[in-house]
Amino acid sequence: MTYILKPQLHHPLLPTNSLGYTRRDYEGSVSTLCAGCGHDSISAAIIQACFELELPPHRVAKLSGIGCSSKTPDYFLGNSHGFNTVHGRMPSVLTGANLANRDLIYLGVSGDGDSASIGLGQFAHAIRRGVNMLYIVENNGVYGLTKGQFSATSDRGSKSKKGVVNTDAGIDMVSLALQMGATFVGRSFSGDKEQLVPLIKAGLAHKGAAFIDCISPCVQFNNHVGSTKSFDYVREHNEAVNTLDVIMPRDPIHVSYKPGESVRVQQHDGSILSLHKIAELYNPANRAQALGYLQARATRGQIVTGLLFVDPEAGDLHDAVGTIDTPLNQLNEAELVPGAAALEKLNAALR
Amino acid sequence: MHRTREIESDYFHKVVDCQYACPAHTPVPEYIRMIADGRYSDAYMVNWKSNVFPGILGRTCDRPCEPACRRGRVEAEPVAICRLKRVAADLKSDVSDRMPPPAAASNGKRIALVGCGPASLTVARDLAPLGYQLTIFDKDTKSAGMIRSQIPRFRLPEEVIDEEVGYIAALGGIDMRFGTPVDSLKGLLTEDYDAVFVGSGAPRGRDLDLPGRAEAAANIHIGIDWLSSVSFGHVETIGRRVIVLGGGNTAMDCCRTSRRLGGDDVKVIVRSGFDEMKASPWEKEDAMHEDIPILNFRVPTAFTHENGKLTGVTFEVVEALFDAKGRRKLVPSGDPDEHYECDDVLLAVGQENAFPWIEKDIGVEFDEWEMPKVDKATFQSTLPGVFFGGDAAFGPKNIIWAVAQGHDAAISLHKFCQGEDVAVRPPPGVTLVSQKMGIHEWSYDNDISNDIRYRVPLRDKKEALKSVKVEVELGYDLQQALGEAQRCLNCDVQTVFADKLCIECDACVDICPMDCITFTEDAPDDAGGEADLRGRLSAPAGNLTQDLYVSGKLGTGRVMAKDEDVCLHCGLCAERCPTGAWDMQKFYLDMTYAGADA
Repeated sequence: MTYILKPQLHHPLLPTNSLGYTRRDYEGSVSTLCAGCGHDSISAAIIQACFELELPPHRVAKLSGIGCSSKTPDYFLGNSHGFNTVHGRMPSVLTGANLANRDLIYLGVSGDGDSASIGLGQFAHAIRRGVNMLYIVENNGVYGLTKGQFSATSDRGSKSKKGVVNTDAGIDMVSLALQMGATFVGRSFSGDKEQLVPLIKAGLAHKGAAFIDCISPCVQFNNHVGSTKSFDYVREHNEAVNTLDVIMPRDPIHVSYKPGESVRVQQHDGSILSLHKIAELYNPANRAQALGYLQARATRGQIVTGLLFVDPEAGDLHDAVGTIDTPLNQLNEAELVPGAAALEKLNAALR
Repeated sequence: MHRTREIESDYFHKVVDCQYACPAHTPVPEYIRMIADGRYSDAYMVNWKSNVFPGILGRTCDRPCEPACRRGRVEAEPVAICRLKRVAADLKSDVSDRMPPPAAASNGKRIALVGCGPASLTVARDLAPLGYQLTIFDKDTKSAGMIRSQIPRFRLPEEVIDEEVGYIAALGGIDMRFGTPVDSLKGLLTEDYDAVFVGSGAPRGRDLDLPGRAEAAANIHIGIDWLSSVSFGHVETIGRRVIVLGGGNTAMDCCRTSRRLGGDDVKVIVRSGFDEMKASPWEKEDAMHEDIPILNFRVPTAFTHENGKLTGVTFEVVEALFDAKGRRKLVPSGDPDEHYECDDVLLAVGQENAFPWIEKDIGVEFDEWEMPKVDKATFQSTLPGVFFGGDAAFGPKNIIWAVAQGHDAAISLHKFCQGEDVAVRPPPGVTLVSQKMGIHEWSYDNDISNDIRYRVPLRDKKEALKSVKVEVELGYDLQQALGEAQRCLNCDVQTVFADKLCIECDACVDICPMDCITFTEDAPDDAGGEADLRGRLSAPAGNLTQDLYVSGKLGTGRVMAKDEDVCLHCGLCAERCPTGAWDMQKFYLDMTYAGADA
């Protein structure tokens, strides 16, 4: 960790967004994670994405569980709402918060231990319910806080820092999210902000359950030869299927790709995802194909990254439950307690 | 891009803006850290070694360091470097035992120095400990040249001058002959000196030959002569209404001195625009603070007089026009001429060199502007044994320039007297040492202060204007000094990058508060390449005078490019680097003085 506070001075030409904020205004306190931690890069990408999306910080809620990754919400969006929940229970708390106030933008930040071990069930159910959120797993394949045991996402055959070989199969969070019905699924790498920042922007703008699996090397316990989550390994095996530009409704549309080279997808909030294909046959609109592609590439030892699946027409939990547009926490007593006659009517309807 | 070579080049020296801008290359951040540490005497000695007159310069320097200060590029105002120098001088303890001892024995060489100003005194300071017998001649009755004669006492008390000249006199082997003008260089050369140094300054104030000049002569004074007369007590009063003509620092000294000698309606009137005046901004402020208006764009056309007595000055009102090449021309604005009444006029419209005492046939050649032909590096004239320095060499500048030139001339004089080639100059010593003390501990305070520049407290205006001898600036008190010292960014503690250790984790990029660091594709090694690379930085600099620090190719084929322009030297890149690829290393430039390479 670092002892001093990050200086308040900033570059004299630092741009401001339409809210008058600089990128620095979206920062939090100084990270207490190990120097070089991939999670810090993801925090920086979240800061950049929120700045570019011009999000009012007080309209964002960041929730997390337990672990190195779950500590990070302290290091970004210092003026947003936050909830650090018990281990693995972030999805439930997020679901509850979202039901109570549908107007906030929900960002769940978790790790491979928090989401793939103790919280695997919670993760699966929040995704399958279509909670409107962006759920980011900062995936380093290791229990860093307890000094380097394999986590549930460690690949079979990968080696720990001490030389032990992992015999258990790794859980692929991306495949799981696809199977659970996530309507926006991406994978990225903490060392590639050019890919990660637009993915986070698109995920935040997405309506429904958006999930990003972000590989994030643990410099302390999982960045050695034999690891499949090290900087070197990920850089060598990274197979991006596309690159992404996110164009918000207020932005002037200028696309650098020639016609025919990119696919445009308009999301619910009017944002346009301009996808530039890299992998010729990859189609991010087809869930089944995405699953097959991931499997095929994984057997070749490749890590597929990019926007893997998106359903721009997706609905969310509120649509399914049929809640009213007004956030529930803004309803007054009269609206919440309609009286005995209304109860009688409801009961009668159920008889 | 060509990989940055730190040590061999001036690269890191340039990063220390203040030191680089200082003609004497005083290690500014080093002495400011000493002040912050309570080591005032050490801070004084670092200054003394480099600029010889810390107490004097801490009150009067033209401060080329401050406009250069990096702090001025990241917030409103630079560090008050000059006034911190005064703090070191004010708070030090007795430093006499830290001064070099007199030479054990004379080396048998005799050098004559003409003029006892800052240039000659610097030469004497550098050469006396080496055993030279030095004879200094000066026309005035006291030492220090323009320091004493032209700078008013309310800016620089006499004790400070006496103390700092005293340190030099105590070095031994120096014979100061006052009231002894040199009126013939030819004569001096026959006196068997091994070498001669001319540090006689720019002693002639420019006159203004306008109608009425002769008739009203009794009340029209040449600024620097008048200031000198005030300094030596020959003049004690001036008329109630005074007009000062000229826009330089001498004009500011003239008007402020007038306010203290009975002038209660004092004006400065300049030809140029206010912003283009030669006076330092803070000197203009000080004058205006003493209720002295500065009227600009007025060209004097005549001195008016009645019965042989000055009655005022007539001015033509002009405006500035710029031609296609951006050159300024003053043209009549068409407004009617203005007349300002006054009792006295002080002329501060420039000063000149004058060498009537140097014969034209002895081998010292002069150029078309009547200036001696002097080598810019060695300060040697065309007559090998005669050297020049200070204002006498290249025209009027400031004390700090005279000191820097004195150091260089001393090296030449020493080499000349030892029969060595004066053109072979000893290079400065350069060291670069890691400041790492622990995982997140550095030997310097890397926590950046958010304080804005501290104002130097002034004596109450009423009190200050009562006497020409009462110092106006009170200097920082201890709390203010420590606060101001904390504003220094420690630019000499450099960010040093080792390509081979970098794993490209982006931690430095993410933490850098100033967006200085970019990992990007390499660019071709030419001017276009640099422009291309600058365009791809995360926050391109407006100021292009600071270089880019470019690494060799890294694992992914990219390079690390750091823009030095607004780096705070907070060391967070090094703190967040998991492999130690970044380190904070203190750059120290040890200037070489006469005799050091022996």
